Amino acid sequence: MIIEQSHFLFVTLYIFAISIGGLLLNRKNIIILLISIELMLLAINLQFVIFSVYIDDIIGQICALLILTVAAAESAIGLALLVVYYRVKGTININKINLLHG
Amino acid sequence: MLLTLVLLPLIGTFTVFFVRFVGNKNAAFICTALLGLTFFLSLKSFYFIALMQNPCYMQILPWLLDENLTIFWGFLFDSVTCVMLIVVTSISFLVHVYSIEYMGGDPHLGRFMSYLSFFTFFMLILVTGDNMVQMFVGWEGVGLCSYLLINFFYNRIQANKAALKAMIMNRIGDFGLSLGIMAIFFLCKSVDYHVIFSSIPFLIEKNLHFFNIEINVITAICLLLFIGAVGKSAQMGLHTWLPDAMEGPTPVSALIHAATMVTAGVFLIIRCSFLFEFSDAALDILTIVGALTAFFAATTGLLQNDAKRVIAYSTCSQLGYMVFICGVSGYSASLFHLANHAFFKALLFLTAGSLIHGMQDEQDFRKMGGLSYLLPYSYSMLLIGSLSLAGFPFLTGFYSKDMILELTFSSYLFKGTFAYVLGVISAFFTAFYSFRLIYWAFLAKPNGFRYSYENASESKFFITIPLAILSIASIFIGYLSRDLFLGVGTSFWNNSIFLLPENNLILESEFIPVHNKLTPVIFSLAGSLTAFIIYNFLIKKVFTLNILYIKIYTFLNKRWYFDKIYNEFVALPFISMGYAITFKLIDRGLLEMFGPVGIINKFSKFSQNLSNIQSGFVYHYLFIMLMGVILFILLIMGQTQSFIYINNDIFFVFIALVISLLI
Repeated sequence: MIIEQSHFLFVTLYIFAISIGGLLLNRKNIIILLISIELMLLAINLQFVIFSVYIDDIIGQICALLILTVAAAESAIGLALLVVYYRVKGTININKINLLHG
Repeated sequence: MLLTLVLLPLIGTFTVFFVRFVGNKNAAFICTALLGLTFFLSLKSFYFIALMQNPCYMQILPWLLDENLTIFWGFLFDSVTCVMLIVVTSISFLVHVYSIEYMGGDPHLGRFMSYLSFFTFFMLILVTGDNMVQMFVGWEGVGLCSYLLINFFYNRIQANKAALKAMIMNRIGDFGLSLGIMAIFFLCKSVDYHVIFSSIPFLIEKNLHFFNIEINVITAICLLLFIGAVGKSAQMGLHTWLPDAMEGPTPVSALIHAATMVTAGVFLIIRCSFLFEFSDAALDILTIVGALTAFFAATTGLLQNDAKRVIAYSTCSQLGYMVFICGVSGYSASLFHLANHAFFKALLFLTAGSLIHGMQDEQDFRKMGGLSYLLPYSYSMLLIGSLSLAGFPFLTGFYSKDMILELTFSSYLFKGTFAYVLGVISAFFTAFYSFRLIYWAFLAKPNGFRYSYENASESKFFITIPLAILSIASIFIGYLSRDLFLGVGTSFWNNSIFLLPENNLILESEFIPVHNKLTPVIFSLAGSLTAFIIYNFLIKKVFTLNILYIKIYTFLNKRWYFDKIYNEFVALPFISMGYAITFKLIDRGLLEMFGPVGIINKFSKFSQNLSNIQSGFVYHYLFIMLMGVILFILLIMGQTQSFIYINNDIFFVFIALVISLLI
């Protein structure tokens, strides 16, 4: 079986879909939410790299590097928020985070 | 002289603004003096205009000048007007004099006199106007003053109700009258009397579609005018306000509801004789309605127990006479009766006022009795008035009333006979209730409170003098003016009244059989005798009569149930319809539900739904975001048609689906 470009793309797509599923269906834990976001960024990174290889252009990989830093910063801030939130509320249950409802 | 005559009472009206400076009594004297001057001037104008046959007509100020609608303030003084002037100003003057004493204890005497003068002013405008619209000004003005005067004791609920009733009943008539004036303008392109009356003969053949009925124009106009007269002159159907108007002070009843305002309707018919003569149908209806009114009111008056109410029904009955004689074209007889009736009815009312005043304001004559020794002056006055009213030979009433009955008899038509029969029966009843009143009040054994008898006394100068003058008028006016008004070939009317030659019955009436001439007098005398006999000798039987008598008594005492019928079958359904349909269904229902209230409810619910979307859960927001992305991707793909085909309509269907979910 020859591995084609589309196969790689499907892999990233599946990973992305799984991460969206994690975002939507997770009702318990905020950490899983952050992990899903990381997964989502990973999927996009992978996509960039695959395209970079196939198109034979370096810009995709530059973007991947940028996204890696962004993802790192984002997860750092996200975890910081999580810690602050836990200090205030004493829980990280998502179902309890709806104080700002309409 | 003539304009001064009209405007003097208006000046008297303004005394009300100076009452606080000059005091009630002085204001009353000023009003009375002005009315005296008016009366003097109207006597003078009667001499110069009516007797010297010198009609006067003037257009003074433009009022409305549109392209073909021109209305001037104008005044027409002819014989009919002058007779009305004499009637109105003399009665009004005497009532003013009377009121100084009668209302002397009232803290609002100045206001009362001002209203009386205001009323006189409007009545003068009504009778002197040279066009329909100016006449209408006076017509509405007297209605207004009637409201103010009936409601003079405004803290009494009955007075308020009676005033409203008078106003509304008159308004129904005014509706007809204003339609009539509009119809006249539509056809004659003018509202001036001289244009209307000279152009009417050219419209005889013309028909008009009125409420989808084809009707002769003159008949239509006359009937509409007659509706006005029915309202104002209390003919059957719109009469219920007149007896209720007795809630006002007695001088008001004498002035407005006996002598002047109620005669405005008859005056309108007489003034418009140029119209009525050309419509046989309208004349027939006049006769029938008038005769029925005369009969109905006479029977109702039979068994009323309130002194003023009896006299009020007698007014109603006499107005019926005036109208039905107009129906057989006896306009001059009608005006003659109007004038005579004003004098003896004012006398009756003022005497009744004196009687009520003397008996500590007791109106129910069953609580009087035996007053002929205590109040001999009132007794003689009421006797003169009643005899005159009943048509006792050679008193004032005899000349006009018998003339009316003779004229109706000599008419060759069925309507004449109909009116004659009802008129004669009514004459019997008229005499009956007049003497019933006299008997109960003066001749019966005392039935009242001892306190009333101890304090019963004749009234003072200002009450007795008008009575004396009116009693002299009630005795002599008819004899003195008979030839002037109704003499064969009299030239007094001087074209102010129009008669078709074939309708002229004056000569015919002189040659009817003697027994028919005697019938009304005999019936009148029989009526008074019957009353005397029944109440003097058979009084015990009257009170022990059987159930049938009680039924008749109730029927007549409750005024033929007219008020009951109007209240329960006309007024109440209208009120409940107004509440249930207009108010509840349309105003508070349809309009509010499709208007403010409905929109508020819908929007608050909508915004509630909209804010419920903001559930606060992160995954819900994520879901909506994702769905939005998918939607836009689908949309863009649909437009570029590169991937799948999606019609734009589906997008709108989707949006509609979302909105409907929200709502």
